[in-house]
Amino acid sequence: MTLADLKPGETVRIEAIATADTTVQRLMVLGLVEGAEVTFVRASLGGDPLEFRVFGAAISLRREHARCFRVSPVGASSARDSVASEARSYQDLS
Amino acid sequence: MSSRPEIAVPLRNVAITRRASATIAVVGNPNSGKSSLFNRLTGMNQHTANYPGVTVERRVGRARLGAAVVDLIDLPGTYSLSANSMDEQIAIGVLFGRVLGTPRPDAILAVVDATRLYQSLYLVQQLLDLGRPLAVALTMSDAAQAEGLKIDVERLSHHLGGAAVFPVVATTGRGFEPLRAALAGLAQAAAPRVPAVWPELEHAVRELEPDLGAKGAGLQRAEIERLLVEGADEFRAGANLPPLPAEARANVDALRAGLFGAEPALAVEARHRYEWIRFVLRDVQTTGSVVRRRSAALIHWINQPWPATVLFVLSMAIVFQAVFAWATVFMDWIDAGVSGIGAAVAASLPEGAVASFLADGVIAGVGSVIIFLPQILILFLFIILMEDTGYLARAAFLVDRAMRSIGLSGQSVIPLLSSFACAVPAIMATRVIPDRRDRIATILASPFMTCSARLPVYALLIAAFVPAQSVFIFNLQGLVLFGLYVLGIVGGVATTFLLRRSVLRGKNPPFILALPEFRLPNVRTVIMKLLDRVRIFLRRAGTVIFAVAVVVWALAYFPRSDALEQQRLAAVDAAASTLTGPALDERIAEIDNEAAAAHLEQSWLGRAGQMVAPVFAPLGWDWRISAAVIAGFPAREVVVAVLGTIYAVGDDANEQSLAARLSSATWPDGRLVFTLPMVLGLLVFYAWCLQCAATLAVIRRETNSWRWPVFAWGYMTVLGYTAALLIYQVGSSA
Repeated sequence: MTLADLKPGETVRIEAIATADTTVQRLMVLGLVEGAEVTFVRASLGGDPLEFRVFGAAISLRREHARCFRVSPVGASSARDSVASEARSYQDLS
Repeated sequence: MSSRPEIAVPLRNVAITRRASATIAVVGNPNSGKSSLFNRLTGMNQHTANYPGVTVERRVGRARLGAAVVDLIDLPGTYSLSANSMDEQIAIGVLFGRVLGTPRPDAILAVVDATRLYQSLYLVQQLLDLGRPLAVALTMSDAAQAEGLKIDVERLSHHLGGAAVFPVVATTGRGFEPLRAALAGLAQAAAPRVPAVWPELEHAVRELEPDLGAKGAGLQRAEIERLLVEGADEFRAGANLPPLPAEARANVDALRAGLFGAEPALAVEARHRYEWIRFVLRDVQTTGSVVRRRSAALIHWINQPWPATVLFVLSMAIVFQAVFAWATVFMDWIDAGVSGIGAAVAASLPEGAVASFLADGVIAGVGSVIIFLPQILILFLFIILMEDTGYLARAAFLVDRAMRSIGLSGQSVIPLLSSFACAVPAIMATRVIPDRRDRIATILASPFMTCSARLPVYALLIAAFVPAQSVFIFNLQGLVLFGLYVLGIVGGVATTFLLRRSVLRGKNPPFILALPEFRLPNVRTVIMKLLDRVRIFLRRAGTVIFAVAVVVWALAYFPRSDALEQQRLAAVDAAASTLTGPALDERIAEIDNEAAAAHLEQSWLGRAGQMVAPVFAPLGWDWRISAAVIAGFPAREVVVAVLGTIYAVGDDANEQSLAARLSSATWPDGRLVFTLPMVLGLLVFYAWCLQCAATLAVIRRETNSWRWPVFAWGYMTVLGYTAALLIYQVGSSA
């Protein structure tokens, strides 16, 4: 399942990203990274571009780029965003 | 760093009483409320210009903060320190002190939209790496509260290495006092000490520092960091840096391979930084029970595709109604006022070159500039309102699919629609388009759209020569006018289509848009932006329009023939001896008009018309039309007045008076000049020709080269000529 296959209102977690495209890299800079929870809001006129919401910010992108983001429904276990991977304590490094 | 030199570009209009003690860069995401904050801090004490050599606005203002005076630079909005557009490149260049004429800022004020902390912290985190004093202004804190977001300001400050965080509301001024106090001493404050978010990168930077740092190639630490992430060549090209020593280059490449492997560096950086951001958010932000207000539900519904389409069409209809109907009232006043003043000046001076220069040259020239102001003001106001409410992005989102089919993106739609009123503000509005090719294609399509200056010409020729018969339920005149609008759109669309497949070939511009929430615009910010753009219009376009008006007047006035003047006086005397009362006045007006026509015939303009007449003869134009078209090349709207003078009906010609005269105009052999094929050809010529010096000047300004205005002018002239030629030749032989 990718970001391009969602129903309006559906919230998913990004699992893996095909990062080769520079546009996809820019989307990652805007916060669409592995582990982020994303809600699909709506498609525009004619089904493209798509509007998503990530942590309160709305982002729009085209279907072709949405396909580069593999996602899973929220609630399913995800290795990347498990508590263990957050164990790295930043304060200790300061 | 407190003894920095004054800003190299002088702050005009700013009362400089004291040297500023520091320069602080105001940095933030687009739509973060940065401009409102900047305006509130500096008041009217600001100056807008362009950065040298580029069309990026440079806004500098001076803030009086108690005893301290600080210069603020409002940098273009950016999401990260990796540039995707010229605007962002400038913002980053200024931060590193690599932009000519702008000193490296001593400190940084990061503007963070409290409702989108997640995205904003990415930039803040990169800014912290600059190692300079930094404060955070948390804007939209009222909106965040309304959305049920609670932000622990102290915890946030702690995570940002002790950088002070100030929740503010830029529209009301809440929370500004502590912010001002902090800004006054910010440059002298210590830089925040930040946790190492990405130790591997830090390590690599340290390894390169001996070669590339202050003692080597002279790069700052943060610059080395960007160089590592973005690649040696890419970063160097963007930042205008000298070539690196070969050994250092090899080092950079080796370290990059170790850091990123086969993955794109930006992707790796994003993962690292957002991992930290999610960690911070979990600590500082709590989402309370979101009270879903009725307004939010309404906005959600209105953004659905179909309601949004209706809203879009409706708002465009209002813009057009305002530009074409409401502005007309003011334009009529201006027109009447200017002619009144001109007539009064002409009457108070002895007849001759000076009176004519003042009345028909200078005053009419000023008039031809300010006559556009009502439309321009209304158009700019709507564009600014759309920008500030966030509607511009919504409109782009809505029509992106349709615009893509012609090789543009959704961001082109507002500039293109604006050019139905005037191409000048439309071309200025293309700055919102990030992709360069996309932007130039939009700029070149804009002059095709039927602007308000074309309407008088269309109205005159259609009323005079297109029969008012009905076709089904339509009127033929209306259909022709509609057809001309369609022709403009077809010309523009075909042009972008061709350009996108030739000179401006490239991938479809990516469409990534952060969609801002709907916000009520801030009256003060809107007014300041409006005044700013009107000022730019007057300077860039107004001066050109005025100069053109004076030059055209001179061409039509000189050389003066005494013989013609004697003839006129003799004719007036003769009339006075036989006629009296109103009949005499009428006769004198007639004589004056005929004399004006005779004068024009032997003026430089008339001679030029006769000289180029052979070029336009295949289009069915005689020397009079040729002269009028020449006069109209720098500003198309003057053609009606020139035709009026040339056909001896006076320069305030209207459809009835001029139409009667035009329809009886003949060639020397008695054939009619204004046949239907010739008129249709002339109309199409007007639809496609770029007869507007102001537009050319703005294209030159916005593309920063003569290549595009010259290309646009040549291309559109050839197109218009060819179309008129075909229509006349085919139409006449049929």
